[in-house]
Amino acid sequence: MSKVIVSKDKCKQCGYCVKHCPKQAISFSADFNSSGFKYAVVDDSKCIACGMCYTTCPDGVFEITE
Amino acid sequence: MGDMVKGNIAMGEAAIRAGMHIYCGYPITPSSEVMEYLSWRAQEAGRQFIQAANEGEAMYMVYGAASIGSRVLTASSGLGISLKQEGVTYMAAADYPAVMINVCRYGDGLGSLESGQTDYKRETRGGGNGDYRNIVLSPSTVQEAVDLVYLAFDLSEKYRNIVVILTEGALGQMMEDCDYPPMKEVPYYDWAFDGKYTHGPYPSQMAVDLHAKGIKNNEKRAAITENEQRWEAVGVEDAEYVLFAYGIPGRVVLGIVDELRKKGEKVGIIRPISLWPFPQKAFDSINKNVKGFISVETADSGQMLEDVALYAKKKGFGNVPCYFISSPPGVPKSKFVLENFEAIKAGKVKEVF
Amino acid sequence: MAKGKKVPEKILRQVPFCPGCGHGIIVRLMMECIEELGYNDNVLIGKPVGCASLLDNALAVDTFTGAHGRNGASMTTIKRLKPDMLVVSYQGDGDAYNIGFSETMNAAYRNEKFTVITINNGNFGMTGGQMAWTSMPGQVTATSVNGRNVELSGMPIRVPEMIASSFDTAYVARGSLFTPAEIKKTKSYIKKAMQAQIDGVGHSLVEVLSPCPTNWGLTPLASMERIVNELVPYFPLGEIKNKGGK
Repeated sequence: MSKVIVSKDKCKQCGYCVKHCPKQAISFSADFNSSGFKYAVVDDSKCIACGMCYTTCPDGVFEITE
Repeated sequence: MGDMVKGNIAMGEAAIRAGMHIYCGYPITPSSEVMEYLSWRAQEAGRQFIQAANEGEAMYMVYGAASIGSRVLTASSGLGISLKQEGVTYMAAADYPAVMINVCRYGDGLGSLESGQTDYKRETRGGGNGDYRNIVLSPSTVQEAVDLVYLAFDLSEKYRNIVVILTEGALGQMMEDCDYPPMKEVPYYDWAFDGKYTHGPYPSQMAVDLHAKGIKNNEKRAAITENEQRWEAVGVEDAEYVLFAYGIPGRVVLGIVDELRKKGEKVGIIRPISLWPFPQKAFDSINKNVKGFISVETADSGQMLEDVALYAKKKGFGNVPCYFISSPPGVPKSKFVLENFEAIKAGKVKEVF
Repeated sequence: MAKGKKVPEKILRQVPFCPGCGHGIIVRLMMECIEELGYNDNVLIGKPVGCASLLDNALAVDTFTGAHGRNGASMTTIKRLKPDMLVVSYQGDGDAYNIGFSETMNAAYRNEKFTVITINNGNFGMTGGQMAWTSMPGQVTATSVNGRNVELSGMPIRVPEMIASSFDTAYVARGSLFTPAEIKKTKSYIKKAMQAQIDGVGHSLVEVLSPCPTNWGLTPLASMERIVNELVPYFPLGEIKNKGGK
């Protein structure tokens, strides 16, 4: 079962993943990461591990496990 | 006795024999024969040659070639070398070796096609932005040009520093006997990029502690200054006047000194072969009661003269007047130099320093 | 069917580009292609002067510190002396098309067998968003505060088309990043460009229309919209030239 791992401290809150997630599974956190950004949070119940977030992310926030 | 060879061609062949892997350049009088010769000779010897779109591009090609550890040569003249200076200072920042021949033409800007020594300041002070120095070697015969080009590649690698061969149009264009050194095949240097990231993130110019690197560079420059001073001296031990001249004027003045000494005049010459480092050790054998130092240069203003005065001060000759003889474009005439020397001796010329 | 996806191991650290900057995506695509082609241990990347200077110490591959715009010249000798090495010049549009126009064009003119990736974000990002030759008519930049006046400064430059139409090179394409599909297409262009080099066909160049939210004064998402609405009509996407493999 594939899974998305989020490195929240790399996130710069650009929003590309939120826009392009086909399942609307990504939203921004309420709190801030170590760089002061609201970071991407993945709703595992909606996520299908398609990798769109990995593809669109400029900052290497996402890893999709095998 | 070797063959009669034109200076520019002899330097090209010397580079091949020193194991040069690639030549990158752009033609300019009076240096063009270096690249004309190498355009076919490099290929014949299994080396590479590339004609760039301009001198600047040629230098960035040199920069690339040096980064993978090849022996690389470029040649140009006067303003062509000016165009290269951005690449030169990048190479200095990266501690990359290369050999650059300047077959100097006289003057500012476009200058003239006549032989000159007006690039002394730029070559010995670095030429581009920053603190670096190039090693500068200047021959006065075709044979010496061959020997210095051959040596230059080794020095360049030893210190990871650009070596400039500063010669003049007259030497590049004239033919003399010369013997060539043996042919060397040299592998690419192993400190360089090999595509495998063997040496890690190097050179990383923005991320390094520039001041710490600068201090290390000072140590390198001190080592070069200590080890690489080269000069020829005649008659300085008892000289009342010591003339300083390098390159073609060096050999003219050698002849003059020889003649004068035969007549019993106490005159000597120091002919610097390394211009940076300036051969300050040559002052150690000069007569302590010397009356004057005279720099003879094919230039409007005394460029080497400033170094003569600086090192005279350092070596305890701070009160000895330093004079300048400005020889017009071309090869200095013995008569002209002699007349000027007599005028200085007679007190008709004011010292510069 | 889901496959694992992980940032290539040769990217050592996150590069401090601005939020939403396209560089991060393009660098990852480049490193993915190098890895997938099996060149992780036989590659040299030419780094430019500009925002991509931030790549210092970020990639665990040999990275040449180029002089302003001059990598077209430096990559030339590296590739000629090391013909089996994959040589990739990563440059911004200011670096490759303004200050390095001569070197970029001369390398393509000689059909030097290396790959150029140019990041076209329509301004000089690193120095604070000044006008580039790629800036659009009317675009407000730090040196065109009333909008770019093309009467005085010329129309935006399309270097890929110039190279494709004038020189005998192997591969030229232009991609962008505004959807996952476009990102995947851009990756395929970069991979084909590298393959053209590996096959010895000739010079290859891929331009990528990339957002610069900071200097455009737009959000990352609005920057992507600008690319779709304003840039793509002038800078058409797709393969411009593909000579094919040997």
